[in-house]
Amino acid sequence: MSFDAEQTTTLLTKEFPQNILDTKEYRGETTLVVSKEQILNICSYLKDQLDFTFLADLTAVDYLEVKFPRYEVVYHIHRFGPECEENVRIRLKAELAEGDIKIDSVTPVWRGADWLEREVYDMFGIEFAGHPDLRRILLPEDYGPFPLRKDFDVRNREASKRSFENALEEGAD
Amino acid sequence: MERVEFISEEQAIINEDGTRTETMMLNMGPQHPATHGVLRIVLHLDGEMVVKAVPYIGYLHRGIEKLCEHITYQQCLPYTDRMDYIASICNNIGYILTVEKLLGIENEIPERAKTTEVILFELGRIESHLVGIGTNALDLGAMSAFLYCFKERERIYDILETICGARLTTSYPRVGGLPLDLPEKFKEMVRNFLKIFPTTLNEVENLLTRNKIWIERTKGVAVISAEDAVDLGLTGPALRGSGVPYDVRKATPYLGYENYDFEVPVANEGDAYSRYLCRMEEMNQSLKIIQQAIDNLPDGPYIADLPDIVLPEKELTYTRMESLIRHFVIVYEGFKPPAGEVQHAVENPKGELSYYLISDGSGKPYRMRVRGPSFVNMQALSQMVEGSLVADVIAAIGSLDIVLGEIDR
Repeated sequence: MSFDAEQTTTLLTKEFPQNILDTKEYRGETTLVVSKEQILNICSYLKDQLDFTFLADLTAVDYLEVKFPRYEVVYHIHRFGPECEENVRIRLKAELAEGDIKIDSVTPVWRGADWLEREVYDMFGIEFAGHPDLRRILLPEDYGPFPLRKDFDVRNREASKRSFENALEEGAD
Repeated sequence: MERVEFISEEQAIINEDGTRTETMMLNMGPQHPATHGVLRIVLHLDGEMVVKAVPYIGYLHRGIEKLCEHITYQQCLPYTDRMDYIASICNNIGYILTVEKLLGIENEIPERAKTTEVILFELGRIESHLVGIGTNALDLGAMSAFLYCFKERERIYDILETICGARLTTSYPRVGGLPLDLPEKFKEMVRNFLKIFPTTLNEVENLLTRNKIWIERTKGVAVISAEDAVDLGLTGPALRGSGVPYDVRKATPYLGYENYDFEVPVANEGDAYSRYLCRMEEMNQSLKIIQQAIDNLPDGPYIADLPDIVLPEKELTYTRMESLIRHFVIVYEGFKPPAGEVQHAVENPKGELSYYLISDGSGKPYRMRVRGPSFVNMQALSQMVEGSLVADVIAAIGSLDIVLGEIDR
């Protein structure tokens, strides 16, 4: 019996009836909106019971003034199947409202989430509870603002300047 | 700001005679030729052994994802080849395919364009593997293999130059197909390459595959098991070197890859040597694909007939008012994909490259996310090198075949 995204949706809805908030299908891709409190449980279930062993991508989107809640954390999860021949990929989304941008880290499920979550923290300031080493990854530690948020002003160079000056000072020691 | 202590106090051991044993911190990079760019690794050493390795990245960060939110879909294209600049054509094609998926026009793309893209994609793969193997060998002291590799890479650059004028940053395909028809000598150049390249590949193989020094420097070095590789999200030769046969070209075929006869090479040891073997065999398979594609390269249109998306011919833009208006609207406002989101993955030489595009119905992407293979593969470095010798760190970085332009974006 082959396994597909539709079956995944059915099984997930059965297992977590309260927490699958929405299901969408667009251009052959399945998107499930899940509640953020259960993200770790849902991911563990996907990995342990349904064999989704590969976290393809983890990112976030800022929908400032477009919709509420403002942030979405997006997970692309992949199942190889036996001999890597099935290849089911689903997209999970967890919505975060402004003021409470904290979600459980999925690093206990997939270790590969480590840097991906650090990047989301770096770019959006979303905190991942239970992450082993949540630091900025691409930008300097003392940078300040979170650039991929929609209210980030690209013309404001203050943060870059400040980081650069700090680095120079540190080098002079 | 966190500062790395030169000697970490808590790790010091006081011996019976009152002397102290401490690990030493060694800062490798950012300007170190063997780090393939600007990568900094803080190594904690116990003599020659690596106790802990912490990579620091971001020295090349340009904020491509943010930049792309402010420009039209076509304007994003040149940014994509500045990520993995070793195989820029593959990044271009990956991006174009994602936009085509977002627009829902995959079925409108002419066969000639698709077949050409397959040829270019595989040439890009050979190009990248040549650099990967060449520099890996160079880092370990084998200069001649590097020169053989770069000689052939030059031929691929000549082909790219003939079709689009650029060698490194190609920005070649367009949404809907190709910007220009292929030059007449393209077929001949590719066939010529197909004739010459196996000889060079053989020479490189003779230089390395059974070379005692090469084997001793790479076999059993930087080992990663299949479970760990999947858990860490590795893709490409780094995953297949550990025995997992996942290849996007087979898993979710794009550009008609399901019609080509090729195999996905797998090696089981999970060490640097296995990854090298995978890359060598992948080049052979790429040659096979290029041969099939060039034999079946159809004539006909090279770009789709989609007036809302594709620019009119230059000649018509200059002579007809309607074409000029159309040209102006597409360039100035961009084409407008329906609101929605897609993710599309391609098998880049280094692993799975996927773009995640969100459209809000305007001419600019609401969000563009790039999942680069090097970024995720890089995570495995610490695990690979902890407990091994300092010299093996160089072999590990080389065998992962990372490119910092893509890690930092």
